[in-house]
Amino acid sequence: MIELEGLTKRYGEKVAVDNLTFTVRPGIVTGFLGPNGAGKSTTMRMMLGLDRPTAGDVRIDGLHYDRLKDPLTYIGALLDAKAVHGGRSAYHHLLCLAQSNGIPGQRVHEVLDTVGLTAVARKKAKGFSLGMGQRLGIAAALLGDPRILMFDEPVNGLDPEGIHWIRTLMKSLAAQGRTVFVSSHLMSEMALTADHLVVIGQGRLLADTSMADFIRQNSRSYVRIRSPHREQLLDLLRGAGITAVETTGGVLEVDGGAPEQIGELAARHGIVLHELSPQQASLEEAFMRLTAESVEYHAHAGSSPRSWGEDRPRRRT
Amino acid sequence: MSTPQPPMPQTAPEWQAAPGSPYPAYTSPIPVVRTHLGHAVASEWTKIRSVRSTMWTLGVFVLLVVGIGLLAGMVVANSSSEMSGENALSLGFYGLLLGSMCIITLGVLTTASEYGTGMIRTTMTACPSRGRVLAAKAVVFFLVAFVVTLVSASLVAFLHVAMLEGNGADEPTGGEWLKATVGVALYIALLGLLSLAVGSMIRHSAGAITLMIGALLAPLVIALFMFSSSLEGVRQALFEYSIPNQLAIFYANSLSDSGPSGWDPLWILLGVTAVALGCAFALLEKRDV
Repeated sequence: MIELEGLTKRYGEKVAVDNLTFTVRPGIVTGFLGPNGAGKSTTMRMMLGLDRPTAGDVRIDGLHYDRLKDPLTYIGALLDAKAVHGGRSAYHHLLCLAQSNGIPGQRVHEVLDTVGLTAVARKKAKGFSLGMGQRLGIAAALLGDPRILMFDEPVNGLDPEGIHWIRTLMKSLAAQGRTVFVSSHLMSEMALTADHLVVIGQGRLLADTSMADFIRQNSRSYVRIRSPHREQLLDLLRGAGITAVETTGGVLEVDGGAPEQIGELAARHGIVLHELSPQQASLEEAFMRLTAESVEYHAHAGSSPRSWGEDRPRRRT
Repeated sequence: MSTPQPPMPQTAPEWQAAPGSPYPAYTSPIPVVRTHLGHAVASEWTKIRSVRSTMWTLGVFVLLVVGIGLLAGMVVANSSSEMSGENALSLGFYGLLLGSMCIITLGVLTTASEYGTGMIRTTMTACPSRGRVLAAKAVVFFLVAFVVTLVSASLVAFLHVAMLEGNGADEPTGGEWLKATVGVALYIALLGLLSLAVGSMIRHSAGAITLMIGALLAPLVIALFMFSSSLEGVRQALFEYSIPNQLAIFYANSLSDSGPSGWDPLWILLGVTAVALGCAFALLEKRDV
């Protein structure tokens, strides 16, 4: 369990993390989501005692990180895969970490095997590909067989096979009763792995909710209808008090409508339907809407800067 | 995971219960150990022996100390001039002065290279007690530097005494032997420790190495070109307290008759290094990693 209380980090005038309060619970994968520069990494660094908070507090199982006597058996972290001396072999990198925490040397071979790096254990880390580096970082995180695991953008730069491997690993770690805390700036990735979601933007907490609730609250659900008798159907719906909006290609959309009700209505009046499907706006879209005001680095399209939050043509899923 | 895990029943998360209640926490089969300085020392020992820069700097060091020592010994042994009133040990000075730059480099790299590579974040995560990390690095590096210097300096000293036996050189006394072996080894290892502290403060390998080599050579070079008589006092102090002169004092070869003598250079460097390590520790505690 990781508890944050009013955690704040200021660099001069700039506030990187602003009064964050939330709890990361065991037994589930908690996703930590935010646009680039939202303060995710800074928050994680403060959790690990690398950065000192300007204000507030963060505790691991009730203790400050630097009070942990053998931190690697409490919490394993993958902060960035480049936090390795390139001249050292994977084996020696893990060995020196194991020794500093009194972890038996045998464990080094076990984690090398788990992440599939046994064959290159004696090779220098600087020759590793992005994916191999990421695997080495994960091996280091697993070294102490900790009950809390923390991954900062673990799928960055991985191929589909590697991404799938990490996803499965995180789920199985959580299923063993461990606390898994993983950051990402990709909502779609989180949707596949996380049970719980913490969203921040410009250092502020935007959401702390279960994944299901987040989807329910933040994504627009609507019913998509196509019919050759569009005008008739529109009148019918209006008569039943249902507001339908016509969009491109003659498609009708009913916000929050029930497909059963619409289908039965159409059937009663003998109107042919070519499509009647419940839709959910993409999670990516929900995430962007949530973080709209807090995106730090906007991409400017041409000369007309436009924020993500403005009502723009919606993409279909 | 390759370790056997007890099967976890898929229970509903209990964290919704009152705070303080037990939750389905994972328990590791790995024994929990209360770590201490010894663990950090073991870790730093693995680190220092598993990078090539250690082999390079120490290899070049031994090559310079023994190689230059041998050359100097051969030149003196084959010359007609006699070493009257001097002992053969003093010939070890040249190689050691050049070699000290290797120890300075290794000292800086021990701390600063972790900042350059990002390894420091991994190190500090594994051992959150920053003072312990610095202490472990200091202990391991000092012992390595001391042993390597002691062995090289002793080897050269024996060779010199053997080569110059019939050359009119004085038979070194026990005190002179001690200073030319243990004394210089302590001095050079301390110089490396000072570099380690500077590397930790500056966090940049090239910068810290430049600064330390500057500290090694600049005072002496500046003093050489200080011709104004009104600066005579400064000139004298720069000469006497320059690192090469302090090292020469171990061979009773000072540039001046006043100033530090005997084991004084060691105590001076000990003080400077202690202050530098103190500053390095304070900065380490204060700054973000």
